[in-house]
Amino acid sequence: MPVTIEIPTAFRRFTDGTPKIDCSAATIAEALNDLTTRFPALSRHVRDEQGQIRQFLNVYLNEEDIRFLGGEGCTLKEGDRVLLVPSIAGG
Amino acid sequence: MSDRYELRCRECGKTWGNAPKSFCEECFSPLEVAYDYDSLKKRVRRGDLAGRTFNMWRYAELLPLSEDFTPASAVGGTPLVASRKLASQWGISHLYFKNDAVCFPSLSFKDRVVGTALVAARRFGFETVGCSSTGNLANAVAAQAAQQGFDACVFIPADLEPAKVLNTAVYGARIVRINGNYDHVNRLCAQIADRFKWGLVNVNLRPYYSEGSKTHGYEIAEQLGWRLPDNVVVPMAGGSLITKIAKAFKELVTLGWVEAKPVKFFGAQATGCSPISDGVKRNLARFEPQKPNTIARSLAIGNPADGPFAIKLIRESGGWAEDISDPEIVEAIKLLAETEGIFTETAGGVTAGVTQKLIQQGRIGANETTVVSITGNGLKTTDAISAEFPLSEAIAPRLDAFEAYLDSQFTAAASAAK
Repeated sequence: MPVTIEIPTAFRRFTDGTPKIDCSAATIAEALNDLTTRFPALSRHVRDEQGQIRQFLNVYLNEEDIRFLGGEGCTLKEGDRVLLVPSIAGG
Repeated sequence: MSDRYELRCRECGKTWGNAPKSFCEECFSPLEVAYDYDSLKKRVRRGDLAGRTFNMWRYAELLPLSEDFTPASAVGGTPLVASRKLASQWGISHLYFKNDAVCFPSLSFKDRVVGTALVAARRFGFETVGCSSTGNLANAVAAQAAQQGFDACVFIPADLEPAKVLNTAVYGARIVRINGNYDHVNRLCAQIADRFKWGLVNVNLRPYYSEGSKTHGYEIAEQLGWRLPDNVVVPMAGGSLITKIAKAFKELVTLGWVEAKPVKFFGAQATGCSPISDGVKRNLARFEPQKPNTIARSLAIGNPADGPFAIKLIRESGGWAEDISDPEIVEAIKLLAETEGIFTETAGGVTAGVTQKLIQQGRIGANETTVVSITGNGLKTTDAISAEFPLSEAIAPRLDAFEAYLDSQFTAAASAAK
């Protein structure tokens, strides 16, 4: 069973409308690399010039923000959902 | 488009006209409302305000409203209370409390942001409005939606204070309780805004919503006699209010309504949820999100959307951020009530307690003008302090019973004094 990456609407113009992809990544970093390899136009929206995940892009593994899971090095298992949320919300 | 304002990216500067969106689709950074200040200078002068009612709509030209805007209700226009007792107790001369605990209609500063957000909701044709909320915002959305004829659907953490839930339900709003903290609720709302055509005031209407916060700052300057304070102390949840007070002050300088002067911005958080104050103290390039654990629920945002901007503002202004513990919050609520007659909720306890701490640290000077933002009403968080005030024993409605009561009080006081 692969890992699923869910793509928010705002990103889909860079993914030909694809709402999610399956991949077999072992870590969040690998999953994001897989995503941006398939859709290179998405690369600069996922990572900044320093190669860090963009400040206003929140990445979740299932229900949890990856920053509580050790960051993008955290490992994935079969059936996991990776969620990207460009979140300028709340407060 | 003939609008006087439009959305602009805070990072790349690209403009987007007016639409229900909160982030730049080029660089995915936040959008904010931008104005043509040269045009504004010609359109409105400070003196024009003299004949207007004292509420947030007196600053209409500086808000994202249409030319023919008519307010649905009076919002804002809250007192700036000059402190005597606490100023004396804390050893400073010019201390003020901007008291949004009595903001209408729902008794928190969130009435201001909902005021501008619902104007945008109407403009964009939404019939349903909502929000992710720690309580006060849900109250404000529910109240103004009821009055203006919107359907309201609000999303809250399941463990919110009962009074804040009731204060939303009473207006007929649909309440969706989420098993999770505010940050979980917020994430869900970002997804809902992505899927449904709803006007979520602090998600897809957020740029318009946050403009309402500026009126808290305009009022402070006007109530000080059209001058800026030396310091402001502001509670921080998502970090939006403090940045919008700064924007308000900057606009007033740009328009020539106040003299330019340096203002130090101080941020206040509860230690149990302090990602922004932690970021300021440790000078972090990026704050670290936290799992909230504090009685100050209205400030319990572990992943604050405006955190980066708040940290930058505070540090560049020469201010600072501090946080206090839950017992200190309770003490500060009591202190503010006992000295100034202001009953604030836990967030106001945070701000008052942090102000005391900043004065003790010497970060706020004795002769400077300092304004402390009190943003919510104590009647909403009575659970947080009820243990401090156990009920006394009831007595019979007879004079001898009262005399016996007085005797018992004197006896108790005398034995306590020994």
